[in-house]
Amino acid sequence: MTGTTVYRIVWSPGSDRLVGVCHCGADQEADDPVRLWQWLLAHPEHEAMDDRE
Amino acid sequence: MSATTAFARNQWYVAAYSQEVGEELLARTICGEPIVLYRTTDGTAVGLADRCVHRRYPLSMSRRDGDRIVCGYHGFTYEPSGACVYVPAQTRIPRTARVPAYPVVEQDTLVWVWIGDPENADPADVPRVPWLDAPGWTTVRGMEPLAARYGLLVDNLMDLSHETYLHGGYIGTPEVAETPITTEVDEDAGIVRVSRRMKDVECPPFYARSTGIAGRIDRWQDIEYRPPCLYQLHSRIAPTGVEPGPDGDDRAACHAEIVYAITPETEHTTLDFWMVSRDFAVGDEEVSEYLATSNHTVVMQDVVALNALEQVIAAEPAGYQELSINIDTGGLAARRMLRDLL
Ligand SMILES: [Fe+2]
Ligand SMILES: [Zn+2]
Repeated sequence: MTGTTVYRIVWSPGSDRLVGVCHCGADQEADDPVRLWQWLLAHPEHEAMDDRE
Repeated sequence: MSATTAFARNQWYVAAYSQEVGEELLARTICGEPIVLYRTTDGTAVGLADRCVHRRYPLSMSRRDGDRIVCGYHGFTYEPSGACVYVPAQTRIPRTARVPAYPVVEQDTLVWVWIGDPENADPADVPRVPWLDAPGWTTVRGMEPLAARYGLLVDNLMDLSHETYLHGGYIGTPEVAETPITTEVDEDAGIVRVSRRMKDVECPPFYARSTGIAGRIDRWQDIEYRPPCLYQLHSRIAPTGVEPGPDGDDRAACHAEIVYAITPETEHTTLDFWMVSRDFAVGDEEVSEYLATSNHTVVMQDVVALNALEQVIAAEPAGYQELSINIDTGGLAARRMLRDLL
């Protein structure tokens, strides 16, 4: 059931930081899940993102 | 929102448990559509529009004549196909005298109905929930009507950190809210996964009493949400340090499958089907009784909270700006997938 179009966000509580990894290999840190999902789902056009609010 | 945009159409939804569909006529509203469910004499589950074509009388308030339903108001009589075969006092049956029949699939003790264009219904798309009906598993279950929109239940189930606050003393322990989570959106499968792997943690009463594990545990929570209707929490409980074998053999651990069918009833109400399947204490009635009672308590804690939230949301002015933080990563992904299905 695992497809190849998988977007992943890893979060360690305490660190406050989220790491998003796209199926194309691109990754991005952020501290806001809304903005990080936007960045991921923009694939293949991942834009440069200011990773702090 | 109008009824056509509030729900994802062309989808399978759980309308009932198998055990609920029988001789009696069962009324259920699914995505705003009133449906009457019953079982024909050959055992087939049937779902028809619950409105007589004549004057809209609910067929669920009528009676059966064999496999047919005889409208309790004027006697219009319908086949399981929805075709009308008798109208009172005349021989000509109008061509339009039929009620829509819903595609129905009964599988794994669940009765699924297709909401949408019947042409598009593919029974192969109905997701499997094998533990509900597999040897080596025991299931307890219930259904609570929710006076809240289904999206609130999706939010609730996607973020289990609420267990710590809303369900302390049952399934919540401090570690649930403190453990790293990984969220995955699988676009091909149409699934959101949220995984939380807790090591060397306290065992909540829900699992301590049911598994008999006395000490600290490793506790895995792997959520798999397949929008719109099916939510599964694959829960693994093992004495701390006990890992699955290299070949995947995990018989040393206890597994509970916490299954929800999240079925929109109307725009502001939901049918909350909850099931707990387990591969430990199989057939043990005392454990079943305990898990059924505890889980019902937990579900009711959510019902009270979500009903209150519905009141809040229904009363607020449009455009309220919510705040989302890291714990909402999975919930946000689920909302986006649901939006894409509309
Ligand atoms: Fe809950
Ligand atoms: Zn990408």
